[in-house]
Amino acid sequence: MALPQAKLDQLSARIAGLHFPSTGWQGKVRGEALERLTAMGLPGKRDEYWRYTDPTALTAPEAKAVEGRGEVAFDSIDAVKLVFVDGLFDAEASDDPSLAGVEIIRLAEAVTDIHWAGDLYGQLEAAGQKPVQRPLAAIGSAFATDGVLIRVTGAAERPVALVYRSETDASDVILHHVVRLDEGAEITLLESGDAAARLLTVMEVDVAKGARFHHVRSQGRTPDRLVATHIFARIAEGALFKSFTVAANGVLTRNEAVLDIVGDDSVAHVAGVAVGDGRDFLHDDTVFITHGAERCESRQVFKKVLKNGATGVFQGKILVKPGAQKTDGYQISQSLLLDGDSQFLAKPELEIYADDVKCSHGSTSGAIDDTALFYLRSRGVPEKAAQSLLVLAFLAEALAEIEDEAIAEDLRARLEGWLDRHDG
Amino acid sequence: MALEETLEVREGVDRETIETVQAMAGKYKYGWETEIEMEYAPKGVSEEIVQLISAKNDEPEWMLEWRLAAYRRWVEMTEPKWAMLDYPEIDYQDIYYYAKPKSMDVKPKSLDEVDPKLLATYAKLGIPLKEQAILAGVEGAEEKKVAVDAVFDSVSVGTTFKAELAKAGVIFCSISEAVREHPELVKKYIGSVVPQSDNFFATLNSAVFSDGSFVYIPEGVRCPMELSTYFRINAENTGQFERTLIVAEKGSYVSYLEGCTAPKRDTNQLHAAVVEIVVLEDAEVKYSTVQNWYPGDENGVGGIYNFVTKRADCRGDRSKVMWTQVETGSAITWKYPSCILRGNESQGEFYSIAIANNAQQADTGTKMIHLGKNTRSRIVSKGISAGRAQNTYRGQVSMHPRATNSRNYTQCDSLLIGDQCGAHTVPYIEVKNNSSRVEHEATTSKVDDDQLFYCRSRGMDEEEAVALVVNGFCKEVLQALPMEFAMEAQALVAISLEGSVG
Repeated sequence: MALPQAKLDQLSARIAGLHFPSTGWQGKVRGEALERLTAMGLPGKRDEYWRYTDPTALTAPEAKAVEGRGEVAFDSIDAVKLVFVDGLFDAEASDDPSLAGVEIIRLAEAVTDIHWAGDLYGQLEAAGQKPVQRPLAAIGSAFATDGVLIRVTGAAERPVALVYRSETDASDVILHHVVRLDEGAEITLLESGDAAARLLTVMEVDVAKGARFHHVRSQGRTPDRLVATHIFARIAEGALFKSFTVAANGVLTRNEAVLDIVGDDSVAHVAGVAVGDGRDFLHDDTVFITHGAERCESRQVFKKVLKNGATGVFQGKILVKPGAQKTDGYQISQSLLLDGDSQFLAKPELEIYADDVKCSHGSTSGAIDDTALFYLRSRGVPEKAAQSLLVLAFLAEALAEIEDEAIAEDLRARLEGWLDRHDG
Repeated sequence: MALEETLEVREGVDRETIETVQAMAGKYKYGWETEIEMEYAPKGVSEEIVQLISAKNDEPEWMLEWRLAAYRRWVEMTEPKWAMLDYPEIDYQDIYYYAKPKSMDVKPKSLDEVDPKLLATYAKLGIPLKEQAILAGVEGAEEKKVAVDAVFDSVSVGTTFKAELAKAGVIFCSISEAVREHPELVKKYIGSVVPQSDNFFATLNSAVFSDGSFVYIPEGVRCPMELSTYFRINAENTGQFERTLIVAEKGSYVSYLEGCTAPKRDTNQLHAAVVEIVVLEDAEVKYSTVQNWYPGDENGVGGIYNFVTKRADCRGDRSKVMWTQVETGSAITWKYPSCILRGNESQGEFYSIAIANNAQQADTGTKMIHLGKNTRSRIVSKGISAGRAQNTYRGQVSMHPRATNSRNYTQCDSLLIGDQCGAHTVPYIEVKNNSSRVEHEATTSKVDDDQLFYCRSRGMDEEEAVALVVNGFCKEVLQALPMEFAMEAQALVAISLEGSVG
């Protein structure tokens, strides 16, 4: 069905002037993404999938300028750093990308046919467009300014860290990464930094049999920034996929994760912590996990701490296909509202077509427990410290999802810092 | 049937349960048809039909205008498609919107004048229309009176215990009668909870509703007996559109029961009802439904399409409403009994068992809208899917900024029997203040093998064992039902799952 003219005009305005190489293998896969996009149009606030988050700022033709530069996380972690400045890879600022068992190619330089990347790029995104349309992800496939193609053939010795910097006030950045883990391979991928005034990313991750993928991400700390990210993963037999995100501030953050479990006995975890202060803060975690194999485990753990009118959104879904027996699906979304103005909006869904499964979800929202606070104060802990302690305890279940202790400690310290600065 | 041969009392199984199950054994028990001469309005819906229905009910001008306004809105509306339901397009012009037994042409003054065929229909359904009778299944218990309003296709056949209720000041009659006898009450409250243009099906109902029940409990009155309405669809190709309005004045109390059945047919029939409940200060209303419309056969042929809008408005402080539903029938169920907790300290409760077997599809749940301070709500939903059925819980809990210190607890559990069915949960949770607490839990599981094995090792056959386990799974909801209904519901749970194992 063709789109109405108004929708087409809106789309043309959004994509006008965006980076679109039309030749070679990229021309082909980007062209297909553009076709998908043109058939869908941009999301609107009346779409069910955008029920709680207004996408207008993300679909507007231009990004609003922002001030302030954020700092980068994971400084203490020994990793291969790949730096992107305003959406373009900066070789000079980056480390030497050679790492045993890992092949790293910059997207903008991947002009010759790279067989494995050509087979993957845009494919997981395309598969993830059903049953829910994600037009922003199609923009990410069609118009990425840059990105990396990472192929992991063995166990990577060090993590790879993608570092995003922004130097222009009104930068509007689109990145697309493709990660392919061969059978039995393992890697930890880190992401951090304020990439742009408006950032749109797509990351496609193909985890082959028995491979292990760890992803930890720290999203910017400066206010006013817009972020829309998408992770599409395909998880094969006996493989492991883990993704964790910490987000603070930012005017609008929408993190989508679309995980497709296709092999038996595999594990997929996606978790996150968001802390927000102020009426402009809106943080949206949207997760869709499909179980298409037997004896697989999935976990979603999301915690949000909100104050001064901040909004937290969680939309999570577990879909268990017919025949995906012995599935163990768990989902928890919780928010701690530090004052009466903040709000938490959640839609935790289950869709189950197999009988021998164990699936549960829980969602809660409430204030800090007065009794616990009183207990700590009666033991001589000052009120603010007691409150921070309780907030950190609330976040602990999610932080426990990070396997690497050093990385978890780095993030915990940053969260403590945030609580200190926002205790007023 | 295995059940019939092996029915000796066994330890651990309630004798009564077995007997009731045996008594009701067989597939759909209410699938027969009453042969009776009917009078129909022409097929389809139009302003003329709306006028005709209004005229048949001798309605005042304002009521007709209200209907026509609804009709004009309806033609502009489109059928909602967001529910997880899959059914062929409904042709709204291929339905009779009004069907009435010929014998009801001259309104009977009392039940004695009602066509014996109609009375026999209700007797066969086990619905006592004689005032001395009591509901079946509670022998030995203290004789409890239950007043009944019996609705047959488009008209109310009669209402029992009217005189006795009138002594207490309670008005219990058909809505068509209320429009004529108590226009000031109807005018004040109709559409005040479910507005004419609320949704596609409610708007259609507002235009063409033919009958239903009206209940008014005056200030401080505790209704002396349970009230009930029994809906029967009999005529072919006919839609039933009833409208119920319950008003509970300050400090009053009423418990209301609703039951429904229909004959077995190969074609689908539409049922689009609206129930509005107004609860004022300190009043309490309990509304219980056992919905047992014809569900269609094993292959999904026939059955009722049930699109119902039910809402209670807790307007007064400390008012309370409790919805309990046992949904076993209908090919399609689309139903979300809701509570608007407007008054401070008002309370809403929703207890539901939804069973979908064979090709049935149910999309049901509730809405709890917290507007007042210190309001409380509780949702307990048990969904059971068997055969190739799809069962969805869809619910919304909303805490508005001013609804401080409010509380919600939601538990929705799904049970799957067999690997061809589906169980889905779609909750919306919206919390806009921090002094309120909202908790939502949902689980999905299958009938526990250990429990089944235990029952089987005690000599039960598999179907019996499943019925027992399922009844245990539903216990919290069954306990919330008035006793007469609990018996029937327990038996229904077993019957609805027949043929789902082995």
